[in-house]
Amino acid sequence: MAPDPDLIATDIQQYLRQHENKSLLRFITCGSVDDGKSTVIGRLLFDSKMLFEDQLAAIEADSRKWGTQGGEIDFALLVDGLSAEREQGITIDVAYRFFSTDRRKFIVADTPGHEQYTRNMITGASTADVAVILTDARKGVLTQTRRHSYLVSLIGIRKVVLAINKMDLMDYGEKVFLDIVGQYTEFARQIGLTDITAIPLSALKGDNMIAPSGRMPWYRGPALLPWLETVEIDEARQQAGALRLPVQWVNRPNSEFRGYAGTLASGSVRPGERVRVQPSGRESTVARLVTTTGDLAEAVAGQSVTLTLTDEVDISRGDVLSSASNPAEVADQFEAMLVWMSEDAMLPGRPYLMKIGARTVSATITELKYKVNVNTLEHLAARTLDLNEIGACNLALDRVVAFDPYTVNRETGGFILIDRMTNNTVGAGMLHFALRRAHNIHLQHLDVDKVARAAQKRQRPAVIWFTGLSGSGKSTIANLVEKKLLALGNHSYLLDGDNIRHGLNKNLGFTDADRVENIRRVAEVARLMADAGLIVLTAFISPFRAERDLARGLMAPGEFVEIHVDTPLAVTEQRDVKGLYAKARRGELRNFTGIDSPYEAPENPELRVNTTDCTPEAAADLVIAKLRDLGVLG
Amino acid sequence: MKLTHLQRLEAESMHILREVVAECERPVMLYSVGKDSATMLHLARKAFYPSPPPFPLLHVDTTWKFREMYAERDRIAQEAGMDLLVHQNPEAAALGINPFTHGSQVHTDMWKTQGLKQALDKYGFDAAFGGARRDEEKSRAKERIFSFRSAQHRWDPKHQRPELWKLYNARKNRNESIRVFPLSNWTELDIWQYIYLESIALVPLYYAAKRPVVERDGVLIMVDDERMPLREGETPQLRDVRFRTLGCYPLSGAFESTATTLPAIIQEMLLARTSEREGRIIDNDSAASMEKKKQEGYF
Repeated sequence: MAPDPDLIATDIQQYLRQHENKSLLRFITCGSVDDGKSTVIGRLLFDSKMLFEDQLAAIEADSRKWGTQGGEIDFALLVDGLSAEREQGITIDVAYRFFSTDRRKFIVADTPGHEQYTRNMITGASTADVAVILTDARKGVLTQTRRHSYLVSLIGIRKVVLAINKMDLMDYGEKVFLDIVGQYTEFARQIGLTDITAIPLSALKGDNMIAPSGRMPWYRGPALLPWLETVEIDEARQQAGALRLPVQWVNRPNSEFRGYAGTLASGSVRPGERVRVQPSGRESTVARLVTTTGDLAEAVAGQSVTLTLTDEVDISRGDVLSSASNPAEVADQFEAMLVWMSEDAMLPGRPYLMKIGARTVSATITELKYKVNVNTLEHLAARTLDLNEIGACNLALDRVVAFDPYTVNRETGGFILIDRMTNNTVGAGMLHFALRRAHNIHLQHLDVDKVARAAQKRQRPAVIWFTGLSGSGKSTIANLVEKKLLALGNHSYLLDGDNIRHGLNKNLGFTDADRVENIRRVAEVARLMADAGLIVLTAFISPFRAERDLARGLMAPGEFVEIHVDTPLAVTEQRDVKGLYAKARRGELRNFTGIDSPYEAPENPELRVNTTDCTPEAAADLVIAKLRDLGVLG
Repeated sequence: MKLTHLQRLEAESMHILREVVAECERPVMLYSVGKDSATMLHLARKAFYPSPPPFPLLHVDTTWKFREMYAERDRIAQEAGMDLLVHQNPEAAALGINPFTHGSQVHTDMWKTQGLKQALDKYGFDAAFGGARRDEEKSRAKERIFSFRSAQHRWDPKHQRPELWKLYNARKNRNESIRVFPLSNWTELDIWQYIYLESIALVPLYYAAKRPVVERDGVLIMVDDERMPLREGETPQLRDVRFRTLGCYPLSGAFESTATTLPAIIQEMLLARTSEREGRIIDNDSAASMEKKKQEGYF
């Protein structure tokens, strides 16, 4: 198990040959500090002799200073990394630990157990082959145990150890063990976990950790480390799948060579094999698998390769090379499970960036079907997901991508969502299946088109989007602009709170989620009207950059004109035409922009007007002048 | 086909290197001439073959490295067909900062921490590869593979992005930069085994040879040039020594060894049971010292 010192001393070459062929197992440990998780990991590190003398000396010193074991070595201290956490005695993040035996190298994702760290646990579990779920023998299957098991099953881990720890405190009794196993097995079956190995442990005393314990002769199964050393890795299943190679990078050292580099997500590949480029659907044949030490005859899932094809095909980063006879699916609308990882709630309708494989696209959550109570597994109706919440949703992408269901392939079915403004990773998702809707709604070809409609009106369609705080003067200026357009003989329409909020959007309130939906609908209506050939004016606070960018993206280039009515908060609040600021300050009006809800000013609007320096009339003239500049008006 | 642990680690590192090149504008590889740098560079050459790695090498020099390291650095850059940028903090040079007069902390801060920040700002690099590993030290165990730094180069351990599957989010805010650690999941033993299997060339200082050393505060220090002031009673002696980690020669502890081949080195390491950072004098301050240094911008 632990490295054999005799062999090292007598025949290092032989030892190295043996160790070249070790496999790699990644696992996650779930449980709270109270369950002894850090002690389990510390013990594995200690007993597999992966600790060096100076580390041991440091840990002995730390045990005297911080330890909870009365001066004895506190194994937990081996694994608590950041000083802030060490002082609080908790683990707040994912930490990775390494140890190895003669048979395997192990990477342990050590994650905290509390509900507020669901994000961390999902992160650690995403790369794990197996999970070790800890429970305290005195407490049995707790809510927390169920939550951890659900998350493990959600992220697609199939093999689980139920480690029933602290058996020393229950006199190593068999009945205690069997009762807990009984309770757990029933629950695990419901969530689809079937491959479970239950092991009674005392991490503190070292029972059933490295070798079977004499104190629990009634237990005939494996001890923890031997199980970890021999459990089968999903490798064979992954390699048996169909070829999937997300292209990371196109390698073009000169005009003679064009290689496609990436890590095989599943299957295997050989020269001569037919491949399909997805999503485009073109096909070609693999010519070479190129490496620094000569061409390979075959590469398998998990390897990083550079390959060339026999034909010149247009392939770029993010495309997927698939087996031609068994390609991936291609779609732009999906159902997926989503784990929310940001303090800013998920907003349906907001465009996020989605990274899947090597491709990044724009994605919108079109519908949140339900969220999951991770403690009871109940499905609850919800409009948003908060930090650490999990839900099932429908997603719409701005273009088609190649994918496999997550249960078939973690790498071509898993994705992250990125916030466009903060660039943070805000969500992680697992694709279930494509929504067929996308295929069945065919666009009706229309003979009378936008150009024809606009020509009849002798104008260029445009969307003039006014944004700014409540009371900044948007509607007043927009009204004046529309009068001027009418006078110039243009056909226009003004969308504002009065004609939208009372009709189309009367079912929406003022939460962030509703504001996003409000603007999404306004943008879609404006697009239709522009398509009808009209010059559309909109006057909405539209506080979020993401939605204004969405609106801009819906229109043709040059068609969207953003006008920031940049009246400072102090002025709008002092004007308070509708008395709303006073109400908001008194707390009678919630989610009021500028008071308790943010306003994100445009970074590069086509025009910025400030009504503290000019009259609404002058501002309207500036807008007309701008429209002439931009060529919207002749 | 069963993949070995080294094949898996290699594939992961190559994947990381390519993601950065595909998503960042101006990546650079920090190259410090040690075994981890040598391994990282070797992986880069594999990841981008037949192209040379599409980024330059940056050596943040302290002027106090071993002479053999400078020779090896220049040789390897030429062999890889890569540009080599060398940065020496001009302020540290003007003040004559050195480990003897100013102590290891000031020396390291001025030449390495400040020098690195200057170099990254000077060339406008938005991503820098470093050879750090998570097994080296406890605060590293929690650092992401893609580790973001503010415009002031600070690390904020409380606000790290989750890293799931192989999906790295390399998008930055303005003025942010990324430190990327392709060797995060390697251990010291993995590195040695890989160097052995792949026959990666190393600077000779890792192998035992007769070198002039003095014993100072219980550590053997090699007298690599005439700048080293000798204390009373100190006479350099030729002893069979080698190094487990390399840095500035006055701060790198040598130890007596007769290991002149890679297997002998690995054998010695496995039997010795002293972790490699012990040879680095900067770490002996306190358990949390690395975390503090990193928050201040140390790599």
